[in-house]
Formats: sequence, structure tokens, C-alpha cells
Amino acid sequence: MAQEDRVELAPVRPRIRWRPAPSALLLTWVTPLLLVGAWEMAVARGLVRPTILPSPTTISSTFVDLLVSGELFHHLSISLLRVVAGFLAGACTAILLGTLIGLSQAAARATGILLGVLRPIPMVAWVPLLILWLGIGESSKVALIAIGTFWPVLLNLVHGIRSTDRKLLEVAQVLEKDRLTLLRRVVFPSAMPSLLTGLRLGVGIAWTSVIAAELLGADRGIGFLIAYARELLQVDVMFTGLVTIGITGSLIDFSIRKLEERLLRWNPDLEGGR
Amino acid sequence: MGRENSLTVQHVTKYHTSPQGDRLCVLSDVNLTVEPGEFVSIVGPSGCGKSTLLRLILGLDTDYEGRILVGDQPVTRPGLDRGIVFQEHRLFPWMTVFENVAFGLSEHAAHRRDTVRHYINLVGLSDFENAYPHQLSGGMRQRVAIARALVSQPQILLLDEPFGALDAFTRVQMQQELIRIWSQEGTTMVIVTHDIDEAVYLGDRVAIMSKRPGTFRKEYAVRLVRPRDHGSDDFLQIRRAIHREFFGEVEVPFAYTI
Repeated sequence: MAQEDRVELAPVRPRIRWRPAPSALLLTWVTPLLLVGAWEMAVARGLVRPTILPSPTTISSTFVDLLVSGELFHHLSISLLRVVAGFLAGACTAILLGTLIGLSQAAARATGILLGVLRPIPMVAWVPLLILWLGIGESSKVALIAIGTFWPVLLNLVHGIRSTDRKLLEVAQVLEKDRLTLLRRVVFPSAMPSLLTGLRLGVGIAWTSVIAAELLGADRGIGFLIAYARELLQVDVMFTGLVTIGITGSLIDFSIRKLEERLLRWNPDLEGGR
Repeated sequence: MGRENSLTVQHVTKYHTSPQGDRLCVLSDVNLTVEPGEFVSIVGPSGCGKSTLLRLILGLDTDYEGRILVGDQPVTRPGLDRGIVFQEHRLFPWMTVFENVAFGLSEHAAHRRDTVRHYINLVGLSDFENAYPHQLSGGMRQRVAIARALVSQPQILLLDEPFGALDAFTRVQMQQELIRIWSQEGTTMVIVTHDIDEAVYLGDRVAIMSKRPGTFRKEYAVRLVRPRDHGSDDFLQIRRAIHREFFGEVEVPFAYTI
């Protein structure tokens, strides 16, 4: 064995350090803290009316109150359940259809026009129809989320399957692999990064659409909390809703990224974080 | 060793059809016989159809005239009796070294684990079984590709410019390694290269291909003991003769200035 090749198992590409230096950490926090500080001052000095824009301290105490009373968690869990149901429905349909379209030219032709026309329809345009068909209850909301999730998952998966390296397919052919092995060991792993990107975009859209659906008509959920607070002019509760949406959304995104890193350990493009 | 490890290419002629419908003769009446356990180098300029010939031997393309036999079996489709190492390593990035090599085995192979370990060991990568391809150097990746091609114990190993993308130092090391593996395993090997030095260093014979249409023009027997010395007189003489074959006599002006 040649000496040269006895190198340590080090990543080939230079790593971007993900653990930030203390000064960098300061920089990430300084902007939001300054903004919140200025906001607090503005309200305290009477520059803005608290009925329009309550102070950060008011909002955070409302946040804590709602958290402690369990009301926030109640609404949040309702919204999350809807997201999970809609996301699963949308993603599963998209994965089945996407696999078919990605693998078969005939399936791609057969669905081409249909998907081309349906895709540009914005999600909100479906709302009246969904309410007419499914009523104002759970199923219309879940359906809306499913539609939102469906598109990014479908498009990314199809792209991922189609861009499988022809040279690798040739290797599998030379090694006499049957079709099932080819799909399981070559095509799907190769499409995995694209699929995960699709799922991440999809869950983002799912979270957005659950709020939209709840704002339009619901009796529970974070969207409802905001809409109801508006009727009662509880601006602090509205802000609490917004903050909850933001935090939950970024937590979902964060966990999917972690999942990506775990599943795509082999992918040099992911190393060192993004 | 039986006849089944031999390779026979008889009167093979191959046309490429361009999108405009023009027929271009890529290989014209190609004949080649490789004896069991022999190491044959094929050299030729780019575009002479060397890689096309390997594709035909692999069975990836069956649209040609003539006959190709492995032993006495005609080639009709790809099979594990012929291994291949490409210029690009073509490893599956989502598989570890172990999984990549194991992928070269048939599903029904017995003693999978031991066989895979043996070949990983043969190419000197025992410590890297669980590494992913992106964690390896170029030479190491090519070693894995060789192990994957050999793991099913093919009758013939084909190598399509396998070290072309490596740096000069690693290339020489890999050539030495390949000779070691060849003498250890006794596999019949055919290497396609455009590096004359490499062809002479590795081959029992060097077959010269010419371009448009691609065909074998001449053959040199390399009767040098191994390990060969890239700098020995005999080595250089054969090298020079082949060089001349491609580029004609080289003028050496300073010889006259003395």
C-alpha cells in the first residue's frame, strides 16, 4: 500500500467553521436586541400608542400568561396536528406520483398538461372551492395544506430522479442489477437530497397554509387565536400568535435540516453546515 | 487456467449514426486475441474507438458486425464475467467503501462479507471500509473501483484509462499496485490508455490503434521481466519505437551543433 494514500480521514474540501467565534455570536444577537430595545423605548416614551403596538415586555408577559394557562399550547397543538395530517397526505401523494413521473416517460407525458395547468393556481384560490366541497371543518384545512405540500415535493422528487447520473446507472447495468435493486440502491439514494429539499419547502408551505386556513375560518388553532384577538382588539395576543408562528416555523425547519444532515452523511455538499 | 479466461475479438466493425443520419465507421475489422492470464495494453490517440471497443466487449452495445467471445461464449449482454474500471471512479457516493465493493457481487454470492473484505484488503484499504468516497483521495477511490470490479472474480478485467485522472506520482504507484494484483489474482487484463509509458510498463503486449476508422495497426511484444524499470534501455527502446509509430522520427537538432 502506497504511503501517500495513508492520509487521515479528513474532509477533502475546506470546512466552513460552523461554531461561530464569540464576536460573531454577539453580531447575530445585536440586531434583534437593538431593535427590541428601541421598540421598548418608543412605547415607554409615548411615541407609539400601546393599543396599536404594545411594548415587548407586555407581549412577553402575555406570551407567558398564555403559555402557563395552556391556551397557547392548546391552539398550537391543534395547528400542528393539522399540519402533520395535511403534510403527510400531500407528501405521500407527491412521492407516489413523483416516482411514477420521474421513472416513466409515459407517465410524464400523460400528466404533463394537467400538472402544468394546476400548478400555477395559488393556494388561496382553492379555499372557496374546498369550503364548498368539504365544509368549513377540519378536512378543508387539511386538504389545503396537502395541496401546498404536494407541489414542492413533487417537482423536487421528479428532478432528483431524472438527474440520476447516467454513468452510475451504467455501472449498475454492468453489474447485472435487476430493476428493483437499481431503484432501491441507485435511483432513490441519488434523488434523496432533492426529495429532502422538497420536503423542507413543503413543510414550510404547510405551516404557512395552516395559518391562512385558520385565519379564514376556524374555532381553534394559532390562526384563530390571532383572528379572534383582532375582534377583541387584544394586540398583545395577536403579537403572541405571530411570535409563536415564527418560532415554531424555524424549529420545524431546523429539525428537518438536522434530519438532512443525518440522512445525507455521504454528501460532501452538506458537510460543515450551510 | 482454462480457456474460459481468454478474449477473442474477430472482425469487429462498428458504425456510429449521427443525428443527421450519416454513418461513421468507428471500428473497422478489429481483431484481438488475449490469452488467459495475459495483460494486454491498447494504446491509441483519443477518438480512435478504444473506449467503444471496451463497451462492445462489456456488452453495453451489441449493434456491430463481427464476433466477440469470452472463452467460447459469445458476448450478448453485460455480465459479471467481465469487470470494468472506468477513468472516473464511478463509485456510489452514498455507499461506504464496503458497500460499494459489495455492490459488485451478485445477490446470491456466498461468503459475501469475507469476499468483500479480501478484495478491500487486496487494494490496501482495510482501514477505510466505512469511509464514504468523498473522504478518500483520488488514488484510493480508484483502488475501490478496482476492488469492486474484481470482487465477483471476473474472467477478464477491462480498464478504460483508469489512471488518466490521477497525478503523475499516484499514477506510477497505481501501476505498480495493478501489476501486484494481476500477479496475485491471475486475472486476464486489458487496459486502454493513451499513455505509452503506462502501456509498456503494464502490458505483455502493446497493441497500437489508429484512428478513423479505428483498427489495430501494429503490435509490440514487451519481453521484459517484472518489476520493470521505466528507465532501462530495453524499456526506453520499446517506448521510443511506439512513440515513433505515432509521431514519426523526431528531429534532434542539437546533435548537429556539436
